[in-house]
Amino acid sequence: MPADLSLHAPKAQPGRLGAVLPPRIAYGLAAPAVLLLVATVIAPILVMIALSFTDYRFGEAGLRWTGLGNYLQLLDDRTFKRALWNTFAYVAMVAPASVLLGLFLAVLIDALDRGQRFYRLVFFLPVTATLVAMAMVWKYLLHGTIGPFNLMLQSLGLPSLDVFGDRDLALAGLAAINVWSLAGFNMVLFSAGLTGVPQDLYDAAAMDGMDSRLDRFLNVTLPLLGPTTLFAVVTSTITAFKVFDTVAVVTRGGPRGSTDVLLYTTYLEGFSYFRMGSAAAMTVVFLAIMMVFAWIQARVLDRKVHY
Amino acid sequence: MNTPYRFRPGQILAHVILLFLAFLFLFPFYVMIVTSVRSPQELFVPQFRWLPQQFTGLQYYIQALTEIPALTFLKNGVIVSGGILLVQLLTAIPCAYALAKFQFRGRDLLFALVLFSLTVPIQAPALPLFLGLNAIGAIDSYFAAMAPFFLSVFAIFLFRQTFRSYPDEIIQAARLDGMPEWAILWTVVVPGCLPSVAAFSVFSVTAHWNDLYWPMVVIRSTDLMTPPLGLSFFADSESGANYGALMATATILTAPLMLGFLLAQRHFVRGITMTGVK
Repeated sequence: MPADLSLHAPKAQPGRLGAVLPPRIAYGLAAPAVLLLVATVIAPILVMIALSFTDYRFGEAGLRWTGLGNYLQLLDDRTFKRALWNTFAYVAMVAPASVLLGLFLAVLIDALDRGQRFYRLVFFLPVTATLVAMAMVWKYLLHGTIGPFNLMLQSLGLPSLDVFGDRDLALAGLAAINVWSLAGFNMVLFSAGLTGVPQDLYDAAAMDGMDSRLDRFLNVTLPLLGPTTLFAVVTSTITAFKVFDTVAVVTRGGPRGSTDVLLYTTYLEGFSYFRMGSAAAMTVVFLAIMMVFAWIQARVLDRKVHY
Repeated sequence: MNTPYRFRPGQILAHVILLFLAFLFLFPFYVMIVTSVRSPQELFVPQFRWLPQQFTGLQYYIQALTEIPALTFLKNGVIVSGGILLVQLLTAIPCAYALAKFQFRGRDLLFALVLFSLTVPIQAPALPLFLGLNAIGAIDSYFAAMAPFFLSVFAIFLFRQTFRSYPDEIIQAARLDGMPEWAILWTVVVPGCLPSVAAFSVFSVTAHWNDLYWPMVVIRSTDLMTPPLGLSFFADSESGANYGALMATATILTAPLMLGFLLAQRHFVRGITMTGVK
């Protein structure tokens, strides 16, 4: 887990027992991976960036350089701007909620005398479940007329909600699915963080007169979980930012664009409308944002290692 | 043993809260299974019942396996995620070994490229990959579904970490015995690092079994659809909202990973959570 990611392991010293191996062995070992790296990542990304400066459409013979044309168009593109806005709104719902729920579950379970394994199993279950299948279940669950959720609301005398048919609720409905499928992941991160809190610290806190559990939680546990929390926030942000499956299966961007998100809009632009040039420009924007997150994540990991 | 905030009333309260949340978390699974054995008329009665009034038995499961090609989707899931995993292990392990145990020109550059690629999701190279696969006439094939994932930079990263802590003395002894380097790697080093291989395998299979995006880009024919794509295709084509069959199919396609998780919880939790980096 996070500790596995340390980039600062001691340097290997291959020559230290006196054997000198010709470097061509190393090149031979690395060659297949290097070829694949170039063919599936490096070259396609360079081509994608080049495409973003053209008006290329799939199926047409020629293409023209349009410079920054695609990017300038994106600035005026209402669908794209809405998708970008929706994606950030979605992240703003999913990341905090799934991290807080994960923390809550981990802390509550950690304090149990018995049943820890059972609860961890239950809350991790949605993480392993195939999201597309579960999204279909959620769609039925929250169905406007026959969904069990609505039937329960009605039996309590409450008005029914058509979550995925309502412009104001659809994005939040998708966010709920993601929180459900992500909370267990964060719970595991926090559980690992909690086992790292030394018992001595609690004893010391008790000696210092911190009698209430809440005091100890706020003053001892929470600060020590700081790095784990940052890590969970960044990881959840990246996951939420890449939302695609639930949109494609449950709402298809609707109703009336209220769940258009970045990856789904880009997918339609490239693979439904085949406007590859402008889809490439959207992808560059997506990749740039991902790079910022990755940079933050690397900083967070560094701090975690030195903590 | 005795964490300070453990006392009886608190224990009971914690259990009450957790049981309530556990109920909410499990409810979708319950609905999935109960709907798959319920008659269609019951679904349109405006009242939620916990148990089916009329048990339809395995009718929808049979329908899922015969009319909807759920077995084909399962088979495709196995072929695609298995094929991806196999090539990933075959290419990433030697590369990671070279990065971990050899000095060579370009090593730092290669590792920097690996670190960069770790942050690149499949959607970034998707357009050119699609165009390339289309140019060689490979669209709508197993190869197209697998090829973009043949290299896992995450595997390289992970195995490099693992191999670094593998004792040099053992490798050196094998070299003195005259073993060729590839034999040392596959018969000495890798068997000593099986937990990492297992964790990565769980991660990789889970990710590709569940992936919707890439199969949606390159797969057209029903015969080649992986579980998520097949399921969403079926849901779309079934306008009459045949919930029983849909839920039965969903259950069948989710079952393999769920069973794997229940049988090997440790590996699953480790395999999935170590990917925070992705």
